[in-house]
Amino acid sequence: MAKELMKGNEALAEAAIRAGCRFYSGYPITPQTEILEYLSWRMDEVGGTFVQTESELAGVNMLLGAAAAGARALTSSAGPGFSLKQEGISYLVAADLPAVIIDVMRIGTGLGDIAQGQGDYWQLTRGGGHGDYHTIVLAPASVQENCDMMQVAFQLAEKYRHPVLVASDAAIGQMMEGVELPPMTEHDIDSYDWAVRGCLPGDSPRKIQNTYYTRPDYVEYLREKYASMEANEQRWESYMTEDADVVLVAYGISSRISREAVDMARAQGLKLGLIRPITLWPFPVKAFDACPKAKAFMTVEINILGQMVDDVKLAVSSRCPVGFHGSFFSLPEPEEIIEQAKSLMEKEGI
Amino acid sequence: MVEIICAGFGGQGVLTTGLIIAHSAMMLGKEVTWYPSYGSEMRGGTANCTVKISDGKIASPCTKKPDIVCALNAPAVDKFESSIKPSGYLFVNDSLVDPQRSYRSDIHVVRVPMSEIAIRLGNPKGANLVMLGAVAQHTGIFTLDELEEQVAHYFAKKGKVNPKNADCLRAGAML
Repeated sequence: MAKELMKGNEALAEAAIRAGCRFYSGYPITPQTEILEYLSWRMDEVGGTFVQTESELAGVNMLLGAAAAGARALTSSAGPGFSLKQEGISYLVAADLPAVIIDVMRIGTGLGDIAQGQGDYWQLTRGGGHGDYHTIVLAPASVQENCDMMQVAFQLAEKYRHPVLVASDAAIGQMMEGVELPPMTEHDIDSYDWAVRGCLPGDSPRKIQNTYYTRPDYVEYLREKYASMEANEQRWESYMTEDADVVLVAYGISSRISREAVDMARAQGLKLGLIRPITLWPFPVKAFDACPKAKAFMTVEINILGQMVDDVKLAVSSRCPVGFHGSFFSLPEPEEIIEQAKSLMEKEGI
Repeated sequence: MVEIICAGFGGQGVLTTGLIIAHSAMMLGKEVTWYPSYGSEMRGGTANCTVKISDGKIASPCTKKPDIVCALNAPAVDKFESSIKPSGYLFVNDSLVDPQRSYRSDIHVVRVPMSEIAIRLGNPKGANLVMLGAVAQHTGIFTLDELEEQVAHYFAKKGKVNPKNADCLRAGAML
């Protein structure tokens, strides 16, 4: 199939349509606005519904309504706007509703800035809203994966009746790459026995509400749901980890640059490897079994605090030191990653 | 790997220039990335984009050491000349840059009065196409024919068919 040259955000939007998404509600914010712009005309072409809402809150709550009706529904935001969606995500979880929410991460706290960032990791993976919950989080690293992950995101959301988050970032959203678009698929809005589709005389009424009010097995049900996600949905890519002395851990755009750093380091005789989490939650702890020679791990992230470090420490049960290379505002550079790995090795006597 | 930065005023077709380069390379079977400076850009402000072309996977879409810089105005030369790899190429729109200006001696500097040529050919917004013609002629990343086809395709898709576009490309390639 011929490749198209597409922006990450636009490819994601087209892939959502081709995954059967027929409802979008959201509010503009750089660097994800192309998703809205694209869907504002494209959704109309396929007979779906596009709403530019008055706020992110309205966007996520309309999403909840569409999900309750059985539609494949999408919203998206970035940074400050993604924070505003957290209440709605908590409500989606509480009501067992499938939906897909995109965070095209930008840099910084508060208003921050519009450059690429990876500072929403904690918010994405810890349950950013109130209550105790997790959501599956997918992290694409290319425009092609922005496409391929949309179908997966909707399938996982429906498999678990649970919102799925996609952690993109400004670099992947704004850049263009060649992409093979997936085929068009349709979603049957009447395919669920739980969706609210109107109630005629004689129908047994359905109700979407917090499962806490309806399920006697609420606690066990949720524990099992998350345990099943953790057991079955860990996704990752490993690159040259078998003999690596230091294994880098990076996702999204940082993983591409880390892979280049691995190649450059190996050419210098330095054995680096790479684990690239594709799901940020559940964190791919299984990937760490295949690093038999690793004496240290080092995350590469576009943030200040090294938000993924704790997850790596848990994955290796603190048997190895875990370092961190952070860049802020700019993308990481392979040379800097290698220097940081060398100083970690020196510090740890490797 | 070839790394290219296109820069100039917003409205000069800077992002389009990069897009046509990226698309042309993709049609030749290469891996490509195109990354814009984005955000609060406006007509008359500065704009730039980075294009990478490779036979293999591309890691970062950004570069600090481009092989080729396409500078459509003087601020673009100021900003990017020093970053070009030795033996790299700097294409300069001489219509908008001081003719007395001196340049690095370890890079190829291709000076073309792009805006003047575009105006003379009756296609005043085509300075970037004159630039593209010069890039094809000097760097060999694609042929003039391949470029012409892609430019025609790009503008046809936008519903803006203009035979003068090819005139601009060919004029740029002759210099």
